[in-house]
Amino acid sequence: MATTAEGFDVHSDHGHDAHDHADHKPGFFARWFMSTNHKDIGTMYLIFAIIAGIVGGAISGIMRVELAEPGIQYLTWWAQFMGGGNDLNTALHMWNVFITAHGLIMVFFMVMPAMIGGFGNWFVPLMIGAPDMAFPRMNNVSFWLTVAGFFSLLFSMFVPGGSDPGAGTGWTVYAPLSTSGSVGPAVDFAIFSLHLAGAGSILGATNFITTIFNMRAPGMTLHKMPLFVWSVPVPAFLLLLALPVLAAAITMLLTDRNFGTTFFNPAGGGDPVLYQHLFWFFGHPEVYIMILPGFGMISQIVATFSRKPVFGYLGMAYAMVAIGVVGFIVWAHHMYTTGLDVNTKMYFTAATMVIAVPTGVKIFSWIATMWGGSLEFKSPMVWSLGFIFLFTVGGVTGVVLANGGIDDNLHDTYYVVAHFHYVLSMGAVFSMFAGFYYWFPKMSGRMHSELLSHLHFWTFFIGVNVIFFPQHFLGMQGMPRRYPDYAEAFHFWHQVSTYGYYIMAGSMLFFFVNILYALAAGKKAPANPWGEGATTLEWTLPSPPPYHQFETLPVITDANDYHDHRPVTA
Amino acid sequence: MGQMHTRMKLASLGALAALAAIVAPVGAAAQDAAAPATTATQAGAVDGAQTAPGAEALPGNLTPAEAAATDTQGEAAYTPMAPTKGKGMPTSFEDDPVKSLGFQDQYSNIGDYARWMHDSILLPVITAISLLVLGLLLFVVVRFNRRANPVASKTTHNTMIEVVWTIVPVIVLVVIAVPSITLLARQYETAPADAVTIKATGYQWYWSYTYPDNGEIEVVSNMLDHDEALKRGEPAQLAVDNRMVVPAGVPLRIQTTATDVIHAFAVPSLWFKMDAVPGRLNEKQLTIKEPGVYYGQCSELCGARHAYMPIVVEALPPAQFAEWVKEQGGTMPGEAEAPAPAADAAPEQVALLTAR
Repeated sequence: MATTAEGFDVHSDHGHDAHDHADHKPGFFARWFMSTNHKDIGTMYLIFAIIAGIVGGAISGIMRVELAEPGIQYLTWWAQFMGGGNDLNTALHMWNVFITAHGLIMVFFMVMPAMIGGFGNWFVPLMIGAPDMAFPRMNNVSFWLTVAGFFSLLFSMFVPGGSDPGAGTGWTVYAPLSTSGSVGPAVDFAIFSLHLAGAGSILGATNFITTIFNMRAPGMTLHKMPLFVWSVPVPAFLLLLALPVLAAAITMLLTDRNFGTTFFNPAGGGDPVLYQHLFWFFGHPEVYIMILPGFGMISQIVATFSRKPVFGYLGMAYAMVAIGVVGFIVWAHHMYTTGLDVNTKMYFTAATMVIAVPTGVKIFSWIATMWGGSLEFKSPMVWSLGFIFLFTVGGVTGVVLANGGIDDNLHDTYYVVAHFHYVLSMGAVFSMFAGFYYWFPKMSGRMHSELLSHLHFWTFFIGVNVIFFPQHFLGMQGMPRRYPDYAEAFHFWHQVSTYGYYIMAGSMLFFFVNILYALAAGKKAPANPWGEGATTLEWTLPSPPPYHQFETLPVITDANDYHDHRPVTA
Repeated sequence: MGQMHTRMKLASLGALAALAAIVAPVGAAAQDAAAPATTATQAGAVDGAQTAPGAEALPGNLTPAEAAATDTQGEAAYTPMAPTKGKGMPTSFEDDPVKSLGFQDQYSNIGDYARWMHDSILLPVITAISLLVLGLLLFVVVRFNRRANPVASKTTHNTMIEVVWTIVPVIVLVVIAVPSITLLARQYETAPADAVTIKATGYQWYWSYTYPDNGEIEVVSNMLDHDEALKRGEPAQLAVDNRMVVPAGVPLRIQTTATDVIHAFAVPSLWFKMDAVPGRLNEKQLTIKEPGVYYGQCSELCGARHAYMPIVVEALPPAQFAEWVKEQGGTMPGEAEAPAPAADAAPEQVALLTAR
């Protein structure tokens, strides 16, 4: 009887008597610092990502305020604040430190921890009917390595990176600017930060792959897994294959910097462009690592609030696999201007455009899921609708940039900045907010305010569009990236962009107030607050779920399809 | 730099701003000092560009106005061309709201084709796709919300439509790919043997331009400070003291390299961008359609003053270009005293990466 549907029913609404054992929690220190519980680790990842997001977002605020006017306004003050001199070069270097920190924090310490570490940890085991992750202690190591990486990066901002504090290499850490071009330990700490975060991610990826391949509940075949669960192992494989290449590349940077090797130094037979190949062999899969779990979350949410199974389930699942595979063979489209051979450029142009096909399949399948559905516009759903549109806009500018000949003008301009913020700052971030509002009642046991969530959505939607849409214009007019200062002609659209930042920053107040409100005074969340459309296993558990769930495994029977995993009642 | 203290606007940080203002001119001086003196043999050629012959002793960064003043007798002397507003430079929203939304006007053959491809193919296609998705979303929201459609259908598959939305994007992409590949092929046509070669070398943080076909003359190009640029009627932050002067209407062979870190030589109105990588010599052909002044900026993060190493290409009619070369102490190919052949231009280069 232990593995029947009734077996796991004891943990749902009526099973209070069973909670004594399942809800036994260790003391504070053991629970949060020696955690082996996927939900606690997921919570810590989410809190960590929010903190990192505040830091990274504040840095982008410094940058946007500086860019509101041509000339240098505030950088000199910031340079002194960070412990540098008060001369102009230090101020300008400080700018490079900010862009570097913003990029690295948002990529490695905000989006990845939230998507995979936070939502992945919380909901992959719940959705496949597993009691926990396959390697709970390794899970803990992954988290604390990420935290250590974050501190290494923050520390790098306060130690010399040349004459001035901080690593000013850009998140790409291109040689030779990052080797001979930056003396002092700051860049070493930034590189070490990537090593730590990368090691954490590799361990995490191993954990997810093992968990999903081995710990699915009886009857939960691969083709019955929820799409969010599909969207985690795909980036996990990408991480497993791509991160070692990054690790090698940045280790070579370290030895070039400190031990006299010349991997990327032409004076010793090395090649700076080799570093770029290695970096982007990791870097391009990395952008899919950041967005694929978002795809998964949007699929769950759209299906839930349309009360309809995902349209074209297999196409959706294998579109993600296809995006992951093709993501490995397009890296040099980040390097169109480095002096690639023309045939190489033609190949990468064609290969890059191919990605639009599986991405299009996903967009159209989401719309088809809603088609004929019965749509309810709860907060996760409005964020998902915003995601679908804004990700499309970011996607089509990607098709423009895919053309090597067109990219000759747009490369390293604000058009690129606009493009990747549309897919990340609006794609990834919108899906994260959608996922957050979708699962917050499940994680906390409290309902958030729908009103505040909707206000958050609309103000954030307006804010980010005002920030980033004008940046397309700036880029086409020739405004280069990573500039703290610019010609007068770019003033107007930069100023508009900065106003957008104020709107976006203000909208985040709704988010934080909403969380505080929900935790302090929110209504108690039922096991399933979203109605009959929510059919995956996490909704069969109480909110919040017991400390240990599925001590007897749920069984997915032939009567369950890919969409509905609820126990089948006779 | 001048603009730093004239533009310090933060009243609340007044004290610090004042400090910065005191130090700022030092920074500017340091930048000038960073530019090396040109090689001894060509010192006269470069610095004399705007001075009377024999005035080599004058400081390198002499303003053209000053140069013109000292050069009262030289009738045919080169004076920097005045830029045309809106040509070869970004356009502000205030000057022309529509122009500020798109690409700069193009003055190279490649630029015409590329801009046509963007404006006539890519932009309509991506706008249509975005509007299609937006329209479908709005339709779904209106037609299939819970009030309008209380009972959801259970449709989960439709092979026909799935095939359609896979095949149609493929066709659209092929339509894009054909001109895209054509554009690439045109960009990488090899420059003819008699093309004028200019080698742009990136330094932290300025450019130098060498003319290996014209007696190895070298021009060192530093950014003008804010006030000086405005005084000369040029856009601030884009203007330089010594421009890269080239002939218009004839093929150019642009080579880029760097000595310290990676820079990128970019001129938006010529649809030209190529990284300057230490240890490499990148090369691409370029033909500028008409005389003019074309502004560009370094486009690869290269350290603190990345934003302060602009590029100015001045295209002159070929005859005037020849005169300019003579004034620099250089020679035109085929002249009797033509010195080193182009092949010796860059002996220090480790790799020659010539795209076909």
